[in-house]
Amino acid sequence: MSYQYSIGCSLENLKGMRDFVRKSLRSHVASDVVLNEIILALDEMCSNLMIHAHHCNPDHRLEMSIDVPQKGKVVFEIMDDGEMFDINRFQEPKIDNLIHEKRKGGLGIRLVKSIMDEVLYVKRNGRNVCRLTKQVA
Amino acid sequence: MVHIKRLQEDGADILAVIGEIDASSSIELDLAIAKSVGEGSTRILVDCSALEYISSAGLGVFMSYIEEFQDKKIKMVLFGMKEKVANTFQILGLADLLHISLNKQDAKKMLNELSV
Repeated sequence: MSYQYSIGCSLENLKGMRDFVRKSLRSHVASDVVLNEIILALDEMCSNLMIHAHHCNPDHRLEMSIDVPQKGKVVFEIMDDGEMFDINRFQEPKIDNLIHEKRKGGLGIRLVKSIMDEVLYVKRNGRNVCRLTKQVA
Repeated sequence: MVHIKRLQEDGADILAVIGEIDASSSIELDLAIAKSVGEGSTRILVDCSALEYISSAGLGVFMSYIEEFQDKKIKMVLFGMKEKVANTFQILGLADLLHISLNKQDAKKMLNELSV
């Protein structure tokens, strides 16, 4: 089973994306807590891309696909054009530093890495593809 | 997407957060807390019972006030979180940095017992 969604790079569109993920995975993920974690990780990935790679230009688009290749495993892909924003290149900030520096950001990458089992980046047909894998069984 | 109601009860400001807080709406939470602090509140309760979702942008707002609240001796307790929302705080270990309580009664008790 696979599902696809296209989203313009405006933060206002994040809610629609979350609703899409929730509907698509409702029958595949039994736990409400795990489903919320997945939605959270994808929200963080999309908002990071929108802000840092696309400067919230609503004409730029992200394409998301959700694939359930086998029971208990879900694979997400987020495709975009432009400069690749690879979260694996970023050092996760220490929580103490975040408090001290009063930065209202930097937590998202830590969340994604905690929630997803794997975050990989590849190029496909000249586009950036971020592939996230999560075991849900 | 998010609606914040402010009411006063037993000398505390209660901010009831209704809906979802993400990167587009976290500013609403920030403004509500800033307004409460700006008007002199030193006892703040955040009612999370109708909070359906919070992303890192919202968590970051709460974290950004930790030092200021210590300096100004302002006490803040969050209460009533649904399990899925509480889990988001736990993933990052924020449950240890913020004051979080199960319900309003316990939150008021915690507010009275907290030393700043």
